[in-house]
Amino acid sequence: MKRPKYRSVGQNQRKVDGEALVTGQARYVDDIELRGMLYGKILRSPHAHARILEIDADEARGLPGVHAVLTHHNVPRIQYTTAGQGAPEPSPKDTFVLDEKVRYVGDSVAAVAAETAQIAEEALKKIKVRWEVLPAVLDMEQAMTPDAPRIHEMPSANEISNPEKNIAAQVEVTDGDPERGFAEADLVVENHYRAGRVHASHTEPHICITCLDEAGRLVVRTSTQVPFHVRRIIAPLVNLPIGKIRVIKPRIGGGFGAKQEVLLEPICALLTLKTGRPVRIRLTREEEFISSRTRHAQILRSKVGAKSDGTITATELEVLADTGAYGSHALTVQCNTGSKSLPLYRTHQYRKGVNNVHFKATAVYTNLPVAGAIRGYGAPQGFFALDSTLDEMAHKLKMDPIDFRLKNLVRKGDSPALLEKLGEGREGVKQILKSCGVRECIKRGMAEIEWQQKRARKNGGVVRRGVGMAVLQQGSGIPGIDMGAVTIKLNEDGSFNLMTGATDLGTGSDTILAQIAAEVLGTAADKCHVFSSDTDLTPYDTGAYASSTTYITGMAAKKAAEEIRRKVLARAVRMLSEKRGDLTLENGRVKGRKKSISLGEVCADALYEHDQEQIMATASHISYDCPPPFAAHFADVAVDTETGQVRVLKYVAAVDCGTAINPQLAEGQTLGGIHMGLGYALSEEYQFDDRGRLMNPRFLDYKILSASDMPEIKVILVPTFEPTGPFGAKSVSEIPTNGPAPAIGNAIFHALGVRLREVPFTPERVLKALRNA
Amino acid sequence: MKIHVTINGVPTDVKVAPNEKLLDMLRRMGYYGVKFGCGRGECGVCTVILDGQAVMACLTFAAQAHNKSVITVEGIGQPGNLHLIQEAILDHGAAQCGYCTPGIVCSAKALLDENPHPTEVQVREALKGNLCRCTGYQKYVEAILDAAEKLRETSGRLE
Ligand code: FES
Ligand code: FES
Repeated sequence: MKRPKYRSVGQNQRKVDGEALVTGQARYVDDIELRGMLYGKILRSPHAHARILEIDADEARGLPGVHAVLTHHNVPRIQYTTAGQGAPEPSPKDTFVLDEKVRYVGDSVAAVAAETAQIAEEALKKIKVRWEVLPAVLDMEQAMTPDAPRIHEMPSANEISNPEKNIAAQVEVTDGDPERGFAEADLVVENHYRAGRVHASHTEPHICITCLDEAGRLVVRTSTQVPFHVRRIIAPLVNLPIGKIRVIKPRIGGGFGAKQEVLLEPICALLTLKTGRPVRIRLTREEEFISSRTRHAQILRSKVGAKSDGTITATELEVLADTGAYGSHALTVQCNTGSKSLPLYRTHQYRKGVNNVHFKATAVYTNLPVAGAIRGYGAPQGFFALDSTLDEMAHKLKMDPIDFRLKNLVRKGDSPALLEKLGEGREGVKQILKSCGVRECIKRGMAEIEWQQKRARKNGGVVRRGVGMAVLQQGSGIPGIDMGAVTIKLNEDGSFNLMTGATDLGTGSDTILAQIAAEVLGTAADKCHVFSSDTDLTPYDTGAYASSTTYITGMAAKKAAEEIRRKVLARAVRMLSEKRGDLTLENGRVKGRKKSISLGEVCADALYEHDQEQIMATASHISYDCPPPFAAHFADVAVDTETGQVRVLKYVAAVDCGTAINPQLAEGQTLGGIHMGLGYALSEEYQFDDRGRLMNPRFLDYKILSASDMPEIKVILVPTFEPTGPFGAKSVSEIPTNGPAPAIGNAIFHALGVRLREVPFTPERVLKALRNA
Repeated sequence: MKIHVTINGVPTDVKVAPNEKLLDMLRRMGYYGVKFGCGRGECGVCTVILDGQAVMACLTFAAQAHNKSVITVEGIGQPGNLHLIQEAILDHGAAQCGYCTPGIVCSAKALLDENPHPTEVQVREALKGNLCRCTGYQKYVEAILDAAEKLRETSGRLE
C-alpha cells in the first residue's frame, strides 16, 4: 500500500515538554507550595486483620501544631472503590475512607494534618488504638475455604461476588466446544503457573495537595492518571457537587496504572475541608510499596490441545488471583488476563466461526496489600502461562516454536469471538482485525536475534545458552467506553493552544497530540501549546489507561484540528480571493495559487477585522474498535547451572503499533515496558512474613534493574496502517510488559531443558527446577 | 547553624538545622529540580554534584556542603541555554516522565567532567544509582555517549 507523506506524524519530534524536563523546570505536585499549607500523614495498621474497639485521638489533637485528626468516627461512611474507573465502576465498592476495621498491614486507620511533617508524625504516635486482632488469611488458595476468616462483612456488599467465600469477582466464558476440541486433540499440555506480586514503582510517589479557592471551591492538585474520575469519585465522599471541585494534574513522575487509583485525594480533601487550610499528603517510599497498588498475584492453569500437525484444537485458562484486602480492578484485570492472551490464536474449527476456548477467573480477598491496575493489566500473567504452554506443546510436537505459533496465529480479517463475550467487566464488542503485522514482527525479530543459528547452538558446560521467544498483543483503549476530547484554539501569532483532559504521565502523549494536530494544521508541533489537564479548563477524558491516549484522544485531536482547518480555510477564501480547492495549509501559512497568508493573519482577521470570532473547536472521540498492537519478543540468555543466575544477553522486540506517530517515543515506551517486564521475570517480588508484613518495602531489597543490569535491547518498529486510528496509529505503551516473562522462560527451557513455571526466575527457583529435573 | 556554600556558582550563606538534609535545604531554597523519591539513598532522583562528585542529596547533611560547591540541574543548563548533555537527552527522546532526569543529568555531568572518554559500561556504572522506571536507560546511555563525543569536539575546537 502506498502511504501518504506526512510532515509531522512519523517524525522524532522533541518532546514538547522536554526542555522543562531536562532543566528541572517541570513542576510536579511536590514543587507546589501554598501559603499556610499543612502536612498530612496517615496512621497505618500494624495488623493484617483487626477491629478497632476504641480509638482515642485527644492527645494527638492537643499537640501544638496539629490542626485536625480524622478517624472513622468523623469521616462520612460511604462505600466506594479506589479503582478510578469510568461510571458505573466495574470494581466492587468495598472501601471506606476510614473504617472501624483494618484488612492488611498498612491499611489506613487515621489521618492527621499539622504544621510540619514532623509534628504530624509525632501526632500519629499519640493516637491510641485498642485492637481486637482477628485471624488473617494470607494465602489466596486458603481464602475461599470454609474456615477462612471473612474479610468483608459490610451490610451492603456492593457488587462483591461472594463475600462469604472472600470472592471479590469472578468471570467465566466459553466459546465453541472446548471439551470436544480437547477430545479431538492428539496431544494436550496442561500445567500450573504462578506469577508474583510486584509494584509499579514510579519514581515520583503518590502525592496530593488540596486547598479551597477564593470562591470556596475545593482544588485538588494530584499526581493522577484520571483527573475527571477523581473529581467524580470524591464528590460524594467530601459531600460537594462536582462543579465545586477542580482537579489539576501538573507534571506526573510516572504512574503505570498505579496512579489510576484514587488513594490520597479523599482524605486530603477532608483534611482541607476540616481545617480550611491547604493540605499536602505525600507517600513515603515504604508506604508506596505497602499501601498503593500492586500487580495481581495469580495462579494460572493453562491448557492447550493440538493435532500432531500443530493445529491447535482448544485452549483454556483458569485463573485464581489475589486482589488483596480490597477489590480494586479485581474483575477487569482478570478479564484482561484472558481477553488479551487467548484471542491471539485460532483453533482448528476457526474457519467455521468457532473458537474452542474456555476462560475462568476468580479474584479473592486476602489480608495482604491491595492489587490494582499496573501496565499490562492482567496480560503479563496471561501471556506467561499461555505462551509457556505453547512453547511446551511445540517442543512435545517436535516443532520449531515459531512454526507452531505461525500455524495458529490470527490474521487480518479475523474476528475472535471471545472478545465479543469478554469485555471490561461486561460483555465485549465484536472486533474485526483490520491491521495485523504479527508475522512481519516474527520475521524481523527472528533475523535480528539470529534465531536459526542460536536454536542450533551446541550446549553444555556450566553456563548454558538458550534462545526463546513469545508473541504478544494488547488493545487500544476500551471499546465503546473510553472517550477523549480535545479543544484547539488559534492565536494571533499562528500558534495554537491544545487543551486536553488526557494525562501525559511521561509517556509523551502531549507531544503525540501536538504532532497529530500539527499534521492536520500544516504547522510545526511546537506551535501547538499543549495544556493537560485541569477539570475546569480542559474537556473530559477518561484518562491515561488501557493504552488509549494515542488511539482515542489522538483521534479527537485530529477531528478538532480538522474543524479548525475548515474555519481557517473558509476565512482564507475571502482574504485571498481564491477558490477553496486551491488552498493548502503548509508551514504555518495558507497558500493559494497566487498569494499566501500566515495563520496569524487569519487569526487577526478573525479577532479584529471581519465577523469577529475565536477560531476554536472541540471534538470528542470514542471507538468501538479496539485494534490490538502485536509484538514478537526474543531473549538470548545464559544460565549458570551452579549459581542459578539467569543473564539476558540480548533482547529483541519487534512491534506493530500501526503508524508510530513518534518513532523515538514508541521505542522509548517499548524499552521501558521491557525494563518493567524484565524485573517481573527476573528480580521483583513482594515478600511477606507470616503476619502479612511486607519484608522488602524498599529499593534495596525490592530489586528494580539498574542501568548496568540491563541487556542490549533492540527495538524494531514494524509499520502497519490501522484504518480506525489517527494516521493509522495503534497503542504501544502496555504491550512490551507482557514479553519478558514468557520469552525468557522459553529461553531458559531451551538452555536447560527444564521449564520454570513461576516468576520471577530467581537463582533459587532455577536451582530447584534443575534439582527436580 | 550557618553554612557557607556555593550553589550553581553563586556563593551564599544559608542557615540550616544540624540534622537538615541537603535535599531539604535545596528544595526549600527553590531548587525544585532536586527531587524526592525515597529519602534513603536508594533511587537517585535527588542526585546533585558536590565538589565534583555526584552525591545523593537526601543522604548528605546540609552541613556537609559547608565551604563546598553544589551544582544542581538548574546550574547545568537552563531553557534556551542547554548543556550538551541536556540537548542530547532531548535529541534521543530519552526522558519520559522526567522525574529521574535532573539526577541523571547530574550523574552524567560529574562523569563526563572526570572522564571525557567513557565507555558504555562506564556510563552504565555511573548511572547505577539513578533508578528510572520509564525508559530502560538505553536512550539515556546513548544520549550521554553522544554528548561525550560532542563535548570532546567542542573542547577540541576551543583548545
Ligand atoms: S530521594 Fe535520594 S536517593 Fe531517593
Ligand atoms: S523518565 Fe520516568 S523515571 Fe526516568
